[in-house]
Amino acid sequence: MSNPSTTTALPPVQMLNVQVNGVWHQFPKGTRVIEACTQAGSYVPRYCYHPKLSSPGNCRMCLIEMGMPKMGADRKPELGADGKPVINWIPRPQISCAQDIAEGMGIRTDSPMAQECRKGVMEFLLINHPLDCPICDQAGECRLQEFSVEYGNDSSRFLDEKVHKPKHVDLGPRIVLDDERCILCSRCIRFSKEIAKDDALGFVDRGSYSTLTAHPDRRFDNNYTLNTVDICPVGALTSKDFRFKMRVWFLKETKSICTSCGTGCNTVIGSRQDVVYRQTPRENNDVNSVWMCDYGRLNFHYLHDERRLAAPQVRHSDGTFRAAEWATAISRAAAQLREFKGEEIAILASARMTNEELYLTRRLADALKCTLIDVVPHHGEGDDILLSADRNPNTAGAKLLRVASDEPGAKLKEIADGINSARIHALICLHEDAAKIGATIKALEDLPCLIASSLLPSATTAAATVVLPGAGFAEKRGSMINVKGRLQRLNRAINAPGDVRDDWEILRDLILALTGSNGLYMIEDVFKSMANDTPALAGLSLSKIGDLGVQVIKEEEHKDVPEAPEERKTAALPTPG
Amino acid sequence: MVSLIKQPHARERRMIFKNVDRPGWKTDIDTYLEDGGYEELKKALTMSQPDVVNEVKASGLRGRGGAGFPCGVKWGFIKQDGPKPIYLICNADESEPGTFKDRYIIHQDPHQLIEGMVISCYAVNARLAYIYIRGEYPEGAKILERALAEARERGFLGKNILGSGFDCEIYVHRGAGAYICGEETGLIESLEGKRPYPRIKPPYFPAVLGLYQCPTIVNNVETLCHVKHIVRMGGAEYAKIGRPNNTGTRILCVSGDVQKPGYFEVEVGSLTMGELLYDICGGPKEGRKFKAIIPGGSSAKVLRADEKYKIKEKGTDGAMVDKEITFDQIPMDFDTLAAVGSMAGSGGVIVMDDSRDMVETLANINEFYAHESCGQCTPCREGSLWMQKITRRMVSGEGAKQDPAVLKSVADNIAGKTICAFGEACAWPTQSFVGKFREEFDAKAQKNVTPREVSDGVALREGRPVLVHDHEVAAASPGGVPKPDAPWELSNDSKAGHV
Repeated sequence: MSNPSTTTALPPVQMLNVQVNGVWHQFPKGTRVIEACTQAGSYVPRYCYHPKLSSPGNCRMCLIEMGMPKMGADRKPELGADGKPVINWIPRPQISCAQDIAEGMGIRTDSPMAQECRKGVMEFLLINHPLDCPICDQAGECRLQEFSVEYGNDSSRFLDEKVHKPKHVDLGPRIVLDDERCILCSRCIRFSKEIAKDDALGFVDRGSYSTLTAHPDRRFDNNYTLNTVDICPVGALTSKDFRFKMRVWFLKETKSICTSCGTGCNTVIGSRQDVVYRQTPRENNDVNSVWMCDYGRLNFHYLHDERRLAAPQVRHSDGTFRAAEWATAISRAAAQLREFKGEEIAILASARMTNEELYLTRRLADALKCTLIDVVPHHGEGDDILLSADRNPNTAGAKLLRVASDEPGAKLKEIADGINSARIHALICLHEDAAKIGATIKALEDLPCLIASSLLPSATTAAATVVLPGAGFAEKRGSMINVKGRLQRLNRAINAPGDVRDDWEILRDLILALTGSNGLYMIEDVFKSMANDTPALAGLSLSKIGDLGVQVIKEEEHKDVPEAPEERKTAALPTPG
Repeated sequence: MVSLIKQPHARERRMIFKNVDRPGWKTDIDTYLEDGGYEELKKALTMSQPDVVNEVKASGLRGRGGAGFPCGVKWGFIKQDGPKPIYLICNADESEPGTFKDRYIIHQDPHQLIEGMVISCYAVNARLAYIYIRGEYPEGAKILERALAEARERGFLGKNILGSGFDCEIYVHRGAGAYICGEETGLIESLEGKRPYPRIKPPYFPAVLGLYQCPTIVNNVETLCHVKHIVRMGGAEYAKIGRPNNTGTRILCVSGDVQKPGYFEVEVGSLTMGELLYDICGGPKEGRKFKAIIPGGSSAKVLRADEKYKIKEKGTDGAMVDKEITFDQIPMDFDTLAAVGSMAGSGGVIVMDDSRDMVETLANINEFYAHESCGQCTPCREGSLWMQKITRRMVSGEGAKQDPAVLKSVADNIAGKTICAFGEACAWPTQSFVGKFREEFDAKAQKNVTPREVSDGVALREGRPVLVHDHEVAAASPGGVPKPDAPWELSNDSKAGHV
């Protein structure tokens, strides 16, 4: 299936002529002035403006010089020597964040007036700012720092005592607020109201004493609070999880997706030296806009759990586990599996696995002539914003690749009963815990062959005959299909600990050991083979998925991407008179 | 017993203030009706709505709240064919220091305001109007409520007014004491129950996107009262009062260093500054002489009494000619006060004699504006407090040499760069005081002070008690995030517990 955005006929867009810093450009009607400036190569600094929120126009950093065409007696624009309209410049500076462009509009972002405005606003913002950059978490990604370099003064004219406000305010379970750093841009307030639909934040007091706070009866604890840390242009709102852990300029940024639910929010993984320090949302207007939920964002610490399985283990005849070389573990697993017929084998896979892994799981099942194969559904409470009730990130992939039927989990009872009644003698359990689908510990321990791959120890790994430690989402490459049917890509941010290997390699080696050959050397080969076998993926490759994904199947769960408010749409109304 | 009631001065022309301090006058509706009250409403209801608007346009009436915007033009912005209701708001948030005229209208002649409002509602086709009265006028709010009840009872308000088929209701809404609620879009936000943050214009012009995003007219108390008299006289006749483009009467509120301060309703431009201060207000106090005047409320730029001013005047041949006048010769009208570098504003004339210290005076004004800045936009929020800190320090004897120049520069960085006119309101006093009385500011700015090192800012906070919120809890509980029972093992019963 092709990408809908390329096939839907869009209405023709009216282009308007706008002069930016002396050069005429064309922009589509409805373009915000500040965005037009960016497109023209003249970035206008801003604090309060955020393209996904309403525009309050309060920071005044984006003041520019603006003009409209001079109208002649015939009510048509007067043309200058260059045949272009003569512009009547408005004597007062105008904010560029709240108005849309108009035909013949003139904009100056670098005129003396505009420069003076920026310099003035910069100075105002800094006089009461604590300037504690050395210990501020925002340092390195602070707009106040950045624009200070470009537009600030080299010394302060301020002789008086700064305004003091509450420090390290415990705003909610995941957010700390430093009110002295806050520049009162109101982005967090607008986000909470317009996107998170949780109107918990606001200002109290007046003037320079204005103070951001949560409603007196409320804690700021909805599932989207950490987005305010992302959009806070300064270090006022910081994440309890991330603060003081790492200077941001040391972080390596890897584009990936969140694997904590079926939405698959696009992310940037921030890591250093094989440690993930944070996940932040990455813009994808077909999936998550620029937001993600706190639950998904923080669900990565298990990657660094000290109980992490770091080497293959083989159970010996005395019942004890011993660490083994991969080759030994794989050949031991293959030897055990060869003992059984297809109907004696079950595969319990996971819809948290990538398509590539699921595809190889299917091939493994075919090689073993195993038909009892399913994934374990995980459900939680969803919401109307981003969080999907399907906590598996790749249910659609599991179905597409026939690891799960159209009814994922339908065979779980049969598998559990088979294990408990000893009808099944061999179980391959991939990133799930068979104990949680109804198999008893005793029955699992009695299995003559239990091949388990996992990140962390579980009842299943404790009962396994061979344990194959797999890689976590930040440690591997691959693809998944979200609840909307969009194929998206994971990328490796960090190396897996110890001897841990990519699951696709484990599965490939197992198949190789069982069948003798498969010709897969790189994950690209796996995708290519999968695409050949799967019509919905025909013609695609890992690289063709791109950073923003590709629509491959019909969406199963429709949810609008979180959108900001109707208020934004009123900005282009004509001025009266 | 000495009567506190003042007789109108002979130079006054009392129209709006006809009943203020009138012997035997009471605020009840019978008194008002006996005096011919609500006759103009009856007359207006026989006219077409556009005709009423046209009379107001013809009258040249300019807003009496401060900006002096032509009232008829403002009314003309309202689109009548839209799907949304139209609102009228009476701005009775009389907050500009030095201004106390609306208070007397409300306290002594509430029915005049109500009549003016119903006529205005009829003209712009508003069926619902609000009187937004400042919280400091509790008595005024009571008087208005009583008068509205009387008007409702007599059929001047409510359904089918005087059998005309026109419905109109008026409600009183009390503010809570913030100056910014007098800014029309701040007022609208406040009326909607929010913090009175003024709105950006564009797009939120009240005539297009006003109260509840509907077309809205916001007029000052005095302005709305004038509408009644325009209907009575006709726009053309009204326009003969005062001067061209400065029509009608207006109430001047004189306070400060004069013998006889008070309120005086005069034809606009019918008298000069000198006539107002000497003839009407009795001149300076014993042994004193005038030093400076703020002619239009505390935000208007100050004028020096010993300065010459250049204005343009129509010569005998009709062409405009330059003319130099003394302070005493400035006519008290909108255009001339603007031409000499200030404004007629809200009509609050604040007089200072030679006993006044201009730095202290500005410090007083700056205290007010720093206290009243709403804090929404950066230049006003930070600049108003900065100016207050500088003038406060100068008054305390700690003025630094650079202070006058920094003051002026800070004010320049505010004016014209803010969301609402408060930016000008707080910058103009500083710009004009420092500009016109630089010698006094320099005299109080003698210290050699170098800006402190940046690191001092951090050091200053040490040892200060750490403030935390009441609801702060020590433990970082996970709150509303769904919790996996084990890090990787997402269980079926994990819940998104947020509300």
